[in-house]
Amino acid sequence: MLAPLEHYLILSAVLFTLGVVGVVVRRNAIVVFLCIELMLNGANLAFIAHGSALDSLDGQLVVFFVMAVAAAEAAIGLAIVVLIYRNRESTDVDEMNLLKL
Amino acid sequence: MLTLILLFPLAGVLVNLLFGLRRGEKFAGRVATGAIALSFLAGAWGFLSLLSLPPGQRALRSFLFEWIPVGSLSVKASFLLDPLSSVMVLVITGVGALIHLYSIGYMHGDRGAARYFIYLNLFVFSMLTLVLGDNFLVLFVGWEAVGLCSYLLIGFWYERDSAVEAGKKAFIVNRVGDFCFLIALFMILFHFGSLDFGVVLPQAASVLGAGTAAATLVCLLLFGGATGKSAQIPLYVWLPDAMEGPTPVSALIHAATMVTAGVYMVARTNALFALSPLAMGVVATIGALTLLMAGTIALVQNDIKRVLAYSTVSQLGYMFLAAGVGAYTAAIFHLMTHAFFKALLFLGAGSVIHALHGEQDIRRMGGLRAGLPVTHWTFTVGGLAIAGIFPFAGFFSKDAILFAAMTSPRGGLLLWLAGAAGALLTAFYMFRLIFKVFHGRCALPIEQQARLHESPPPMRVPLQVLALLSIAGGWVGIPLIHGADVFGAFLAPVFPKAGDGHQEAVLEVAMMAVSLAIAFFGIFLAYRFYVQAQGVGASYARRWPGLYRLLVNKYWVDEIYDAWIVQPIKRGSIWAWRNFEEGFIDAAVNGAGAAVQAAGGAVRRLQTGYVKSYAVAMLAGAFAILIYLTVRG
Repeated sequence: MLAPLEHYLILSAVLFTLGVVGVVVRRNAIVVFLCIELMLNGANLAFIAHGSALDSLDGQLVVFFVMAVAAAEAAIGLAIVVLIYRNRESTDVDEMNLLKL
Repeated sequence: MLTLILLFPLAGVLVNLLFGLRRGEKFAGRVATGAIALSFLAGAWGFLSLLSLPPGQRALRSFLFEWIPVGSLSVKASFLLDPLSSVMVLVITGVGALIHLYSIGYMHGDRGAARYFIYLNLFVFSMLTLVLGDNFLVLFVGWEAVGLCSYLLIGFWYERDSAVEAGKKAFIVNRVGDFCFLIALFMILFHFGSLDFGVVLPQAASVLGAGTAAATLVCLLLFGGATGKSAQIPLYVWLPDAMEGPTPVSALIHAATMVTAGVYMVARTNALFALSPLAMGVVATIGALTLLMAGTIALVQNDIKRVLAYSTVSQLGYMFLAAGVGAYTAAIFHLMTHAFFKALLFLGAGSVIHALHGEQDIRRMGGLRAGLPVTHWTFTVGGLAIAGIFPFAGFFSKDAILFAAMTSPRGGLLLWLAGAAGALLTAFYMFRLIFKVFHGRCALPIEQQARLHESPPPMRVPLQVLALLSIAGGWVGIPLIHGADVFGAFLAPVFPKAGDGHQEAVLEVAMMAVSLAIAFFGIFLAYRFYVQAQGVGASYARRWPGLYRLLVNKYWVDEIYDAWIVQPIKRGSIWAWRNFEEGFIDAAVNGAGAAVQAAGGAVRRLQTGYVKSYAVAMLAGAFAILIYLTVRG
């Protein structure tokens, strides 16, 4: 709309970076999960901004796909967190190492 | 100023989110109450600015930004203040501010008080969005947001299972209505290519055509939405359960404001309803049936809040009855007076419950008149107002509805009879409540009687102000003397002219006398049953056990819904889960998993098992790719 493309991209990068840092630094699975959503939405913002700047609907189209995938991911991810919590009474990602031999 | 009206409650939400949660209930309560009071002042300013305009041009619009520009569709975030919405704004913020003030006293000492005030402010903001929206979509946003706030506040005490269940029930039942509403919006968009009130409503007749199937379908679907939000048959079942929430919430959301959203919506879209006599008939019939059904259930309930809840459903039925016969002014008038006296009754009930430390069963009350004098006189004023005793507010609005039900071209004797019977029921159940709670012998244990105390000032003042409004609030719509019906004249630009406009004063006075007689008869009956001869009620219950059980069990509607709708869906879901989910999807997924596990078994020795190290590895990989692309390009 009014603000130049760069501003959107900067915000998008900031959101994405916050998400990445969160995923790497935080230990609570739910927070990690939220950070992944933040990354997705950072990427979404970049898509939308480009779509708007290039006057094309493709950006919005991709965002709809991302949103649909994110919704599915949220459902499955939260279900996994709930199940893990039931099993081990903890949502600490560092303790989730069942696959290791 | 339109944005100011909306801005204050939103600011209240934000301030309390940032500071209120930490600084405690006192701060949160003051901020929340102040925000709504300021919003009321802004609303009053808007109202005065409307008055300064000539009657035909009383509409203020405020355009914020273009919200959804897609192709030829353009939905704007814009707001409209016209006589209808300004009445709603004044009711919402005025009654809302009083209830916020009351909540400071009522919620004192609750751990979640700050959270409570955040929800309450958010509710007022959403409700204002609903009534100020200048197109269907902004209205719908408000519509959904008030539903959310209602859910959050019904389940406010989330440690209680029943509260959580009630919240879910309200949300899911409303979803059915919202689905209808949404379909109606799609149809409007399809036919008109726009969702603006300013485009759709004036063109309704030319685009849809009078009496066409499309018009009828749109109206019925819109009304379907209204039955959910405004608790009409068949979707009223959530409202009585919603009484699990804190009592001020019942007063604000489930009596005074949110549940009237459906009435507002029907009144707002009256240009559409005018096209479909069938839909109007359905609205009036459902309203009449609901007011009778809920009124009869209220006769035998023993929970003080549930009596009031069914009374609310019944009064909402009156509003739809009025809307259905084309008397929108009467509907909105009753909406306003009902907001005063029903908020008063709920707050009075809250004061009783507060004084009795959570007791809600009227069989364990009685004789509270002495201990709670202020609550007693204000509650009685509310009772007189809802029963329709002259000159209390409810008299004028209920009379306007009954008059319209009889004389309007769409009305008739049957609708009037339903309304009159409802008036009798109203007077009876309300005074049964008053006599059982405040009069007679006190059923409380002695030590509790001694400790009985009147509520603190923050709770008393709203009761007194609302009592004054319940007395005087109806005087703006005194019908007889021409030119004195200020309320009708103010709303006139929004609504079509009702009937031929010339009213016969003699007939109206006669009908007023009849409805007054009915109300007094109801009160007299209650007096006979519950004061003079206290066993009479029980003996009637013994004489007609079937009828009594029917009413006590609320016509078994909850059970029927459970058996015919909820259980089949559950059984279907369980079938799908057992057969399709487990037999097909799970089998495929587990098979894929087993295959991967078998393959992964070989390489799992290499892994550390720490999610974070994987994340870092992925990050490093992404960086490497990024650097490669940058260097190459």
